[in-house]
Amino acid sequence: MLKAMIGTVSLAAMLLATTAVVQAHTVIKIVHEETNPTEVALWKRIAADYEKLHPDVTVTYQYLENEAYKAKLPTMLQSSDRPDIIWSWGGGVMRAQIDAGYLRPLGAAAQAVVPNMIPADAAAYKVDGKYYGLPILHSEVCFFYNKELFAKAGVDANQIKTWSEFLAAVKKIKAAGITPITVGAGEKWPMHFYWAYLAMREGGARVIDEARAGKDGGFVAPAFVEAGQRLQELAALHPFQPGYVGTLALQAAGQFGDGRAAMQLMGNWLLNTQAGNAANGKGLPDSNIGIFGFPVVAGAPGKATDELGGVNGWLVTKTAPAAADDFLAFFFQPKYQQQAAVEGDYIPALAGTSAFIKDPIIRQIAISLEHATALQIFFDQALGPSVGRVVNDVSVAVAAGQMGAKAGAEAVQQAWEDEQ
Amino acid sequence: MGLVQQAARRDHGALVTALVFVPPAILLFTIFVILPLGQAAWFSLFKWNGLGWPHDFIGLRNYLRLWQSGSFRTAFGNNLLIILFSIVVQLPLGLGMALLLARRAWGAVAFRLIFFLPYVLADVAAGLIFRFVFDGNYGPVSSLIQAMGGSPLFMLASPSLAFTAIIIVVVWKYFGFHMMLYIAGLQGIDRQLYEAAEIDGANALQRFRSITLPQLAPMLKLSVFFSVIGALQLFDMVIPLTGGGPFEKTNTMVTFMYSFGITRMRVGYGSAVGVVLFLVCVIFALFYRRILMRDE
Repeated sequence: MLKAMIGTVSLAAMLLATTAVVQAHTVIKIVHEETNPTEVALWKRIAADYEKLHPDVTVTYQYLENEAYKAKLPTMLQSSDRPDIIWSWGGGVMRAQIDAGYLRPLGAAAQAVVPNMIPADAAAYKVDGKYYGLPILHSEVCFFYNKELFAKAGVDANQIKTWSEFLAAVKKIKAAGITPITVGAGEKWPMHFYWAYLAMREGGARVIDEARAGKDGGFVAPAFVEAGQRLQELAALHPFQPGYVGTLALQAAGQFGDGRAAMQLMGNWLLNTQAGNAANGKGLPDSNIGIFGFPVVAGAPGKATDELGGVNGWLVTKTAPAAADDFLAFFFQPKYQQQAAVEGDYIPALAGTSAFIKDPIIRQIAISLEHATALQIFFDQALGPSVGRVVNDVSVAVAAGQMGAKAGAEAVQQAWEDEQ
Repeated sequence: MGLVQQAARRDHGALVTALVFVPPAILLFTIFVILPLGQAAWFSLFKWNGLGWPHDFIGLRNYLRLWQSGSFRTAFGNNLLIILFSIVVQLPLGLGMALLLARRAWGAVAFRLIFFLPYVLADVAAGLIFRFVFDGNYGPVSSLIQAMGGSPLFMLASPSLAFTAIIIVVVWKYFGFHMMLYIAGLQGIDRQLYEAAEIDGANALQRFRSITLPQLAPMLKLSVFFSVIGALQLFDMVIPLTGGGPFEKTNTMVTFMYSFGITRMRVGYGSAVGVVLFLVCVIFALFYRRILMRDE
């Protein structure tokens, strides 16, 4: 009797085991650093829809905070815990990952989506003729201002076209007793937007490529030194909020959302972060926020339509299954990216979706991006993790008067030479 | 059986015990301590971004760069300052509290618990809590100063004050631990020594200097040892509090290693910092042991 029972149970277990083997389960692991709740909810919905159509596949998302993500990713890529799809800013870090062999080019399913992308965005993920990832969004850095505070100070944002006009506006706002600018210099990268834009205005949009090629001494070229000097001119007006050197980026966003400062130079995600981090949880209403582009420096080659921004996308790691490419093709279907545009999550890189953007400010930014004469990736991403962080350090040090403009440029050049 | 043969058999038993228990310990120690140490020393000779395996041999250039780095000198100096303040502020404070609370006075046990509680908190939690406390816009410290008529104080944005903030948090967190060590030590002192001294006419200060301190000497040495090793390893508290501080002025060696090695993907350079830290700890441990051994 007992023997018969044991025999039956073992047979059942074996049969179950074989069926489990036949129904091989694929898990797609995606790691990212996005905090916007509607955006993450949309992504989860895409995953759920995909799982319904493909019952043998599970898609999991893992969230890591921005700095933690950047620090942990190299370790994750080399462990047995390797994710299949990773969030990326492109640029030098992506190149390092490709050189080390941790990424693979897109499979056929994902490759088929590439022609549907805006060409400039897709090109950001093309290395040596192969596409290693697909762009999700493109973003731009510009000045966001509080319309009420500007009116109170008597400043017209539409009149700010040149650097001297900008400085005059800052003076006027400060004289009205309002904090002109809030910046999260504690994390350093928000301050590098100023230095980067000033370098692009002083030296033209291709200033980084030229420095990489060694023109005019590389990163000690006049454009970079002058960028530091312009930044010091701004800092001399004491435009930033008190204690700005210790403020974190999201804190600064919250301060803007609380209406405690007139402007912030930030990427378009500020519209979401200023709402989420404001004291009342809602931030400034859209009707009270305006934008204007970074001013030009009179007499310098940089154009007002040269933009600093980012193209964020998904990269595929070397051990990702074919299902990962299939999922990416599913992810980038127009209906989902249009939904992202409607919700105001981001500006999709998929061509033709910007027409669906409802939010007027984001639409303005999307149009400005479409007309951009150049889109430079954030310096701290384009130059790779080591030189990039030196750029961030230098930006804050120069602004705070801890380092001279020339010394700052030399520090970046030194870091660049160390990397070669 | 002769005594010699019995002794031999006992030794044989001891040898077998050793052969069974020591190899696993050596194996674990080798795998988790010696091997990573050796690997770190090896990696420090390369320029390596942490992906794949190092292939760009640069010899001792990482160490040269470390020597030339002003930020590393600041970080090293900060470690020494934290050690100094730990010994000069934290230990006397712990000792004072211990003297007050060693007796079974009313409320002594409650206060012991209150002072020990910060030690139980994770370093990261302490860092985050005090980041709020020292916040210039919303924190209690700044609000108190404003209530007294001053302007908001942004401690964490000022290079000098940010370091003071770290010292405050370190002292707050660890003095309770040292206090408990001393209480244990004080409770182990023989009462008769005090009685004898009182009979001989010694006053409180003389009793403290001649009986308490010498009797507490082992505890004091242990306390200093913990302080120094803890100060050398300080990382978890600094990152949430200042992140290395304004302009890299509040780095410790470990936060320097994290910022300049790991996050910048220069793992060879970071490994060099690790090797330097290891050498500092080893030198201190040997030096300290020599002092300790000399007394005993």
